[in-house]
Amino acid sequence: MTADSSNAQHLFDGVPFEPGTSKNDPILVADNVRRAFGGLVAVDVEHLEVQRGAITALIGPNGAGKTTFFNLLTNFDEPDTGSRVFEGNDLSGVSAYKVANLGMVRTFQLTKSLSKMTVIDNMRLGGTGQAGESFFRALFPFMWRRQEAEITERADALLERFKLSHMRDEFAGTLSGGQRKLLEMARALMVKPNMVMLDEPMAGVNPALKQSLLEHVKGLRDEGMTVLFVEHDMDMVQEISDWVVVMAEGRIIAEGPPASIASNQAVVDAYLGSHHDSALDLEAD
Amino acid sequence: MDWGAIVQNSFRGFIGEPFIYFSLAAMGLNMHYGYTGLLNFGQAVFMAAGAYGLSMAVVTLGLNFWWGLLLGIVVFPLLLALIMGIPTLRLRADYLAIVTIAASEMFRIIARSPSLDRWTGSSDGLTAFANTFYDFNPFDKQKRYFFGLFIGNQMWVVLVGWIVLSLVALIVWMTMRSPWGRVLRAIREDEDAARSLGKNAYSFKMQSLMIGGIFGALGGMFRAIGTQSAQPQNFITDVTFFAWVALILGGAAKVGGPIAGAAILYGILNFTDVFLRQLVENDYIPESVMDGTQVGQVRFMLIGLGLILLAVYRPQGIFGTKEEMALDDR
Ligand SMILES: Nc1ncnc2c1ncn2[C@@H]1O[C@H](COP(=O)(O)OP(=O)(O)OP(=O)(O)O)[C@@H](O)[C@H]1O
Ligand SMILES: [Mg+2]
Repeated sequence: MTADSSNAQHLFDGVPFEPGTSKNDPILVADNVRRAFGGLVAVDVEHLEVQRGAITALIGPNGAGKTTFFNLLTNFDEPDTGSRVFEGNDLSGVSAYKVANLGMVRTFQLTKSLSKMTVIDNMRLGGTGQAGESFFRALFPFMWRRQEAEITERADALLERFKLSHMRDEFAGTLSGGQRKLLEMARALMVKPNMVMLDEPMAGVNPALKQSLLEHVKGLRDEGMTVLFVEHDMDMVQEISDWVVVMAEGRIIAEGPPASIASNQAVVDAYLGSHHDSALDLEAD
Repeated sequence: MDWGAIVQNSFRGFIGEPFIYFSLAAMGLNMHYGYTGLLNFGQAVFMAAGAYGLSMAVVTLGLNFWWGLLLGIVVFPLLLALIMGIPTLRLRADYLAIVTIAASEMFRIIARSPSLDRWTGSSDGLTAFANTFYDFNPFDKQKRYFFGLFIGNQMWVVLVGWIVLSLVALIVWMTMRSPWGRVLRAIREDEDAARSLGKNAYSFKMQSLMIGGIFGALGGMFRAIGTQSAQPQNFITDVTFFAWVALILGGAAKVGGPIAGAAILYGILNFTDVFLRQLVENDYIPESVMDGTQVGQVRFMLIGLGLILLAVYRPQGIFGTKEEMALDDR
């Protein structure tokens, strides 16, 4: 790590600011990934590499295909054509749960909190390699009790961090919309992923907490985790991301460090329509 | 009015043979539906697997009783779960529902087909395959036990039934407090969420189908042992729906729900049966309104009415919690 832990832009030294450009050390590579719903081509990405150990933001107008692209990268949806390679593993035909076990974990734009389970049980579920998840071992608590205690300890620490400790034993279904977002992100971290894919993780989260969680995410990056996240709030994108990828109408139209994006003509056109020549104030989005 | 008979019969329904085999079947459904969210509308076929696994092993194949237990409790239900689960468990929940209904009817119709008489005994079924079980009966066949409710052989059947029931309840209770049960509940709530956390939802659903199927098979086998006969008409679709009634009545996703549900269902069925009969016999109900032969139908109408009232006033079942129910609406 460099002395300046607030960003990891040195990882992008020498990388040109162009769509589809090669990275110095990509963890995830997508090639010719295309997905059409009937006549509508939702995603048509020629090439994208995601840099290991950096925070990459994926932005774009509503309906640009960001969520669909996430689904394709994590195998929750099957592309019509194209390949995705994560840490050297070709993901074609791999089940979604196996992708998670390879170390790439995603959250959902529309949260999937497990309503009739308590918050702490939601968290414990994220623990990987649990001995007690075998039916026969389940009958002998001494075989998994210690692991369960470790998982619970880690879960409690994360809940503290995400300001959910007071809801620990409540049903997740009683959480507010913002709290569900928090729970889902914390739960994804329970998997100890190498790479997290967060689909609008901070939508509806109050600004003060958002700030503290952004610091937490940066901390995770500094420990070596790769983050790819979708976000509409440009302040947050500017503040936290090391690299920004812009999608519009299914394609990647621009890439570069956050500072280079707002003045990019293709991005301005995508958000506001062409024939606009002022620099973009994306906050209005 | 013979109040003694009324009380005795109601109590027998509460704890007797039908209570035991419907509790077992309903505990299987609880595993499927209550904990995993699988829709099984053919629990009767798992029950039939238990009954025919034992009886065919002994009568048709000439194996001993112990091989029969293995076939009926393990081999038949697991095969069935694989056959029904492999094509459907990757799909939406409704597909399993369709396949289980179809499988249970197919099994019944095939089993009673005359051309299979040599194997299944067709519509007469198979008999006298549980002698080994009764050889172990410690009770005196001539005597009555348990407040005079059961004669010796029945007492033996019911006692073993209670023990099996307790063991199954213990297994459900233990596994549902374990990480394994947690994954099942997560799949019930949202399969994709479970998958996104690295859980092989398909495999867990298959395990649930198998284990709930084995509970059902134990129920069916128990019924076959109690009557020393396995017949196709013991496994009509009504049997599946009785098990569902027991589950809904008691409350899904509670360990004791299906047991309480089955006890109450058979307690009420027996009570209304004897009570109405007595009312008719003693002319409290005139012949013009109802005669003795109609009692059987009327008691089901009363049960239906009771279920409607339950659905309106206590939709979570007798032992379910209202708070959990309310979460569905958010
Ligand atoms: N299952 C589906 N069936 C049909 N069309 C779909 C489906 N999923 C997405 N689409 C379409 O694909 C396009 C991209 O949708 P997607 O959800 O990926 O956009 P997004 O960039 O995530 O937008 P937002 O910022 O609003 O979340 C949209 O036009 C949408 O209508
Ligand atoms: Mg989206």
